Amino acid sequence: MPKVHDRGGWPNEDPIDHSEHEMEEWERLVDALNGVLGEKGLKNTDQLRRAIESLDLKTYESLAYYEKWTAAMEILLVEQGVMTTAEIDAKMAALKEGQA
Amino acid sequence: MAENGHENGHGHGDNAEYYSLKAEAIQALLIEKGVCTLDDILTMADRIDSRSPEDGAKVLAHAWVDPEYKQRLLADAESALLELGYDLPETAPKLTVLENTDDVHNMAVCTLCSCYPRAILGRPPAWYKGLAYRSKVVVDPRGVLQEFGTELDAAVQVRVIDSSADFRYLILPKRPAGTEGMSEEDLAKLITQESMIGVAQALSPDSVTAS
Repeated sequence: MPKVHDRGGWPNEDPIDHSEHEMEEWERLVDALNGVLGEKGLKNTDQLRRAIESLDLKTYESLAYYEKWTAAMEILLVEQGVMTTAEIDAKMAALKEGQA
Repeated sequence: MAENGHENGHGHGDNAEYYSLKAEAIQALLIEKGVCTLDDILTMADRIDSRSPEDGAKVLAHAWVDPEYKQRLLADAESALLELGYDLPETAPKLTVLENTDDVHNMAVCTLCSCYPRAILGRPPAWYKGLAYRSKVVVDPRGVLQEFGTELDAAVQVRVIDSSADFRYLILPKRPAGTEGMSEEDLAKLITQESMIGVAQALSPDSVTAS
């Protein structure tokens, strides 16, 4: 059984969905963060993919594209000691507070 | 999968709210820790937005009208792009241009994820990232071509090229018949995003003169 990401030849009867996805502002942010981390040498495409591939099947299939990228970015940044999960969670709580 | 509407990356709902907040948190922490500045992020966002299929089409139309340029483009895409002012970032994966001919039709996929020649074409279309295309194209390329309305002669060899983190492919579509007198600018309008991925041919010249 191939891993979750390795889709070539997986049984799939779904028609190809030709509709385009309008980028949301936060998705542009994820794209940009990813590019900046690449330039700073904090991640390369192989690492990002490896992190995405480490997601379990349910998560892999339930998350949208940039949601997976965000999950992967967190894995890589925590792994490299740039920030901790606790710091991210605290910042998320603070941002949420600020929004309320 | 498809039934939850997420397959093509439509990020709405609870997940989107959670992950957008996470992305904002990561951004704030990166800036606080001095890893990057807000300006770095905004500059990168603009750079990514500035690329579009029109850039690829310009380059490939030039290859149609200048056979020597075409040879250089096929031999060393990065140097040939630089000739036209497209300086790919150092971190961009190696780019190769593959030519579609009367005998061979190439089409690109990334079965593993969404690897795509972003440095010249911008962001990939949603279907390219979706599970249906990635799963099916390597098993039934002609069936997939039909889904895009593309019919090829049975004698044409179809090659499916799998992209990777290190190698990206740009397809040079076959120049359509009846385009001999057209300007490079008009030719570029025939070269669609789908034709540069290889799921379609270039448009016929009628489509441009009609518009």
